Amino acid sequence: MAWLAAGVGAVAVATVLGLALGPVRLNPAGVAVELLNLLPGVHIHSGLSTQEVAIVTQLRLPRVALGLIVGGMLALAGGCYQGVFRNPLADPYLLGVAAGAGLGATVAVALGLASQVAVGTGLMPAFAFAGALLGVFLAYGLSSAPTLRRHGAEAPGTRTSATLLLAGVAVVAFFTAIQTYVLQRHVETIREVYSFILGSLVTTGWSEVRLALPYALVAAVVVLAHRRELDVFSVGDEEAASLGLHPQRSRLILLVAASLGTAAAVAVSGLIAFVGLIVPHVIRLVAGTSYRVILPLSMLFGGAFLVACDLLARLVLAPSEVPIGVVTAFLGAPFFMLVLRTAKRVGL
Amino acid sequence: MTDAAVQVEDVRVWLSGVPILHGVDLSVSAGEWVTVIGPNGAGKSTLLRAVGGLLGFHGTITLHGTPIQRLGRREQAQRVARVAQTPVVPAGMAVLDYVLLGRTPYIRALGRESTSDLELVRGVLERLDLTVFAGRPLETLSGGERQRAFLARALAQLISPPGRGPGPAGVLLLDEPTSALDIGHQQEVLDLVDELRHDSGLAVLATMHDLSVAGGYADRLVLLAGGAVVAAGTPTEVLTESTLSQHYGARVRVIADTHGPLVVPVRVDRRAVS
Repeated sequence: MAWLAAGVGAVAVATVLGLALGPVRLNPAGVAVELLNLLPGVHIHSGLSTQEVAIVTQLRLPRVALGLIVGGMLALAGGCYQGVFRNPLADPYLLGVAAGAGLGATVAVALGLASQVAVGTGLMPAFAFAGALLGVFLAYGLSSAPTLRRHGAEAPGTRTSATLLLAGVAVVAFFTAIQTYVLQRHVETIREVYSFILGSLVTTGWSEVRLALPYALVAAVVVLAHRRELDVFSVGDEEAASLGLHPQRSRLILLVAASLGTAAAVAVSGLIAFVGLIVPHVIRLVAGTSYRVILPLSMLFGGAFLVACDLLARLVLAPSEVPIGVVTAFLGAPFFMLVLRTAKRVGL
Repeated sequence: MTDAAVQVEDVRVWLSGVPILHGVDLSVSAGEWVTVIGPNGAGKSTLLRAVGGLLGFHGTITLHGTPIQRLGRREQAQRVARVAQTPVVPAGMAVLDYVLLGRTPYIRALGRESTSDLELVRGVLERLDLTVFAGRPLETLSGGERQRAFLARALAQLISPPGRGPGPAGVLLLDEPTSALDIGHQQEVLDLVDELRHDSGLAVLATMHDLSVAGGYADRLVLLAGGAVVAAGTPTEVLTESTLSQHYGARVRVIADTHGPLVVPVRVDRRAVS
């Protein structure tokens, strides 16, 4: 319970700072009051000018909201994948989501369908989303192929974790090859594709939030509802089955949900590295190994972490921006190593 | 015969196209302990997994008269609990949480444990002298303590929730329950299982390698060789020097004792023979 409160607190602090800091520096207390004013029926005087209010609610709020959604989704999906595969190296990009999204984005740029300005504009998100889903479903399709199935499984129709991971690796290699080919043929697109690969939370109004939010919500509800089952899966598929569960069916549901949410996040923000891998592990190290703890906390702290990283990405080299993927890795990796060294045990 | 806790009739199993069991019959009544013995690769574990509903099979397996195919997976799990040969030990999971996993078949989809589940599990921990370990991570327990925790999870799985009335006592499947334990802890764990089945009418179906131990605890032994039952009956009937030499290719001496025969391996000096 204390950790849950800490998570909500982290989200609140990150939100207020993300709204207050920038080229125009605003009073955090006034920003917090303006946030409350967004609730229906609340009218409190914040001391901010009309122009400043516009900066908060129209320019910065969509970006902060997108950061919370994307960060929360990536961390939740990462925790979910680690539980489903019982593999500490699993991350939300595992099953060809990232490679598919990258390929989709590349094709959109090469065909001239993406705007020159930013990642989340033009048809690029739609293409990236379609590519991500294509990647995941190819991985599933491959993993249920009869030859692979006979190889590792006991019962017909079984998809073992190893088979799925292998299929994911094959899909990634295949998509990366196509992407490289397309890039070679359209060298002028490299800069835009590169910025997609490094990730960005640049928004144009609320359109990105509107695109990602429905998928993120569905994914979050499905994954969080399975948090007890993920604990049961930690004893292995066969024991989970003898406890009355259907591990393969649940795994499919969980992976589709998490992949759908990840695909939506990637479509609007590019490939932001490390959040999905590291946030759930840090939670696991400090707050316990039960997925009933890890999943909700990952979502909260993942969102707060990404908003904080985005703040740094905007401020460090202002007025230009550092790609957010660089910030997440630059901050996340040393912090993770620190926690890893000081924590008593690594659960998984 | 329909009142047997477990009734296995003409069960055949293929794994990846290879026949493992060819028509096995056995039954276990409530409160009875039947142990399956047999050489490596005889199909002992496969038989247990089939009874646990974890494998496809041909033939009939009934639990208290109901074919297991007709039971949903949750209903099956409420009647049969299995302690695997080497259960997975989830890192960082406390003993209490681990034993609570046993309540899974009583928790509706996507739900959580109730306070009565928690009370019931605390009772099981108390019964198995695990209360002091409740908060400790499972992986920090010694082999014997850990085996008790595995047993506790299986027991928690078989107790119907209060208010649902006493159902038929469950079936406990033990796959090599003591192979990782020293001789003292073996006896401790097996004595515990013996008490539990006498107290609560659990039907116990086990596999074991140590023949003297198997004979000492089981009411009946079933000798499986090459996927078929080659001998079945009381320990004294099954554990004979000729049967064991025929199916294990082993040279043994069988010595009568109060709790069943003792099987002692005998070395023949091959150099002296040649």
